[in-house]
Amino acid sequence: MSGRFTNLPVIFRRELASYFATPVAYVFIVIFLIMAGAFTFYLGNFYEREIADLQSFFQFHPWLYLFLVPAIGMRLWAEERKSGTVELLLTLPVTATEAVLAKFLAAWIFVGLALALTFPIWLTVNVLGNPDNGVIVAGYLGSWLMAGGFLAISACISALTRNQVVAFIISVVVCFGFLLSGLPMVLDVFRGWLPQAVVDAVANLSFLGHFNSISRGVLDLRDLLYFALVIGFWLTANRILVEIKKAQ
Amino acid sequence: MIEARKLTRCYGDFTAVDRLSFTVEPGTVLGFLGPNGAGKSTTMKMLTGFLPPTSGSASIHGHDIVTDSLAARRLIGYLPEGAPLYGELSVLRFLEFVAGARGYRGAEAGRRVEQVIERLQLDEVRMQTIETLSKGFKRRVGLAQAIISDPPVLVLDEPTDGLDPNQKQQVRRLIREMAPDKIIIISTHILEEVDALCSRAMIIARGKLLADDSPASLLARSRYARAVSLACDDLQGAASALSELPEAGEVEIRRGLVTAFPSGQGDLFQAVSKLARDRGWRVSRMQLEAGRLEDVFRSITRDETTEEAA
Repeated sequence: MSGRFTNLPVIFRRELASYFATPVAYVFIVIFLIMAGAFTFYLGNFYEREIADLQSFFQFHPWLYLFLVPAIGMRLWAEERKSGTVELLLTLPVTATEAVLAKFLAAWIFVGLALALTFPIWLTVNVLGNPDNGVIVAGYLGSWLMAGGFLAISACISALTRNQVVAFIISVVVCFGFLLSGLPMVLDVFRGWLPQAVVDAVANLSFLGHFNSISRGVLDLRDLLYFALVIGFWLTANRILVEIKKAQ
Repeated sequence: MIEARKLTRCYGDFTAVDRLSFTVEPGTVLGFLGPNGAGKSTTMKMLTGFLPPTSGSASIHGHDIVTDSLAARRLIGYLPEGAPLYGELSVLRFLEFVAGARGYRGAEAGRRVEQVIERLQLDEVRMQTIETLSKGFKRRVGLAQAIISDPPVLVLDEPTDGLDPNQKQQVRRLIREMAPDKIIIISTHILEEVDALCSRAMIIARGKLLADDSPASLLARSRYARAVSLACDDLQGAASALSELPEAGEVEIRRGLVTAFPSGQGDLFQAVSKLARDRGWRVSRMQLEAGRLEDVFRSITRDETTEEAA
């Protein structure tokens, strides 16, 4: 008997093949690139700032992901349950953990690919000035980690329902909560009646804070750990939900 | 060997499968028969490790379906109800995926895929996207993935559903070819299929096992078994004469035939032919009836639901 995750690459490849077998991949990548560009140049005033960095590019990623990542994540399990293929998948000699991880990784790599295709903007900023490329690499890493967080949430919620639209809407709402939990608007709700430690904990749950510190080039282990924990938590929940929900 | 011990599955208050116990030996083609919603598919979902039983247990060649699920699943090829498939993939790509998940790599995976493509005659559609295939082809792709690892146990939920008569014959031939050294469990509501294919049939209704026997013995339970039907010029007269025979029990007239059911004593066929000769009936047709599975099925499942004798 070989290692525990021998079938993970098999499912991973099938998942990735499915993206490119349908218009999903192409639509997602094109829309992502257009919107990333539009935000950077029109809302971010990329040229007008006259600073050779990608802050105006990265600062809109949370909002871009808020809608685009749940659109990728919504199908992961809802579609399998709706079409009945979940029965095919989980009666093959694969474990639910393998399936959950493989699906997540395929989607995450796919989003990473879309993100990597924004490289012309990195070339542009290098042609126009002398940016700190270390900060830019950190920005890409932070952005990809944040996408992973959104994706783990969406994948988990996708296991709750066989309706993709429902999965999408709930995922957006939950992701929105995670995104905003650091803002005063949300914290004020808790501030009056919860101890400061709890309010701080809520503030610390925010994707924004952790993403911003990574994308400024500060690779703090705590920020990396934060995203790893978020992804780990939601995927564990995902794994449990797959087991519970397949019976219904 | 498959062993099920008081296998039970509830959905909320509803008991879909109720304390089902049975064992199946290799070389058996077991047919699950039952009305829709009888619990056939739920039983299959439990045997294949998809649904955990609410209570009871089952094992596949000694591997428990819950505690040793992975090992049990390695031994089973499964065609789920409705043959769900990844519609966006091509036939070839899909079968490669299943071969991979079954643990085959490289050339061996390719060989397995080619083998089932040939066996189920999928060559002309190998590059086609599954969702564009006809129902018959989809079902065959579903069967192909189930047998790709040549597993010792096959669980096929309505394997011939949606196939035309020729394709049905093909699939039945395929199942018969594989039967000698395997355990094959099929569910169906086509009764002739049980007769044509199965060495053993279990009739299930409302999650309960009502009969477990060979198709031949089930047929013998039919009131038509060894009945004699004949067509002649005077049906009424023949009917009253037949009912006088000690060998005949009930007599009925249906669709231009008078049928005498055996009373259990003597040879009814002999007695009827002698009577016809003696009375000089102009008999245009006379036949010894085989049992009718439909009739057995109906009386067994109806007794269960209405508690009323036929």
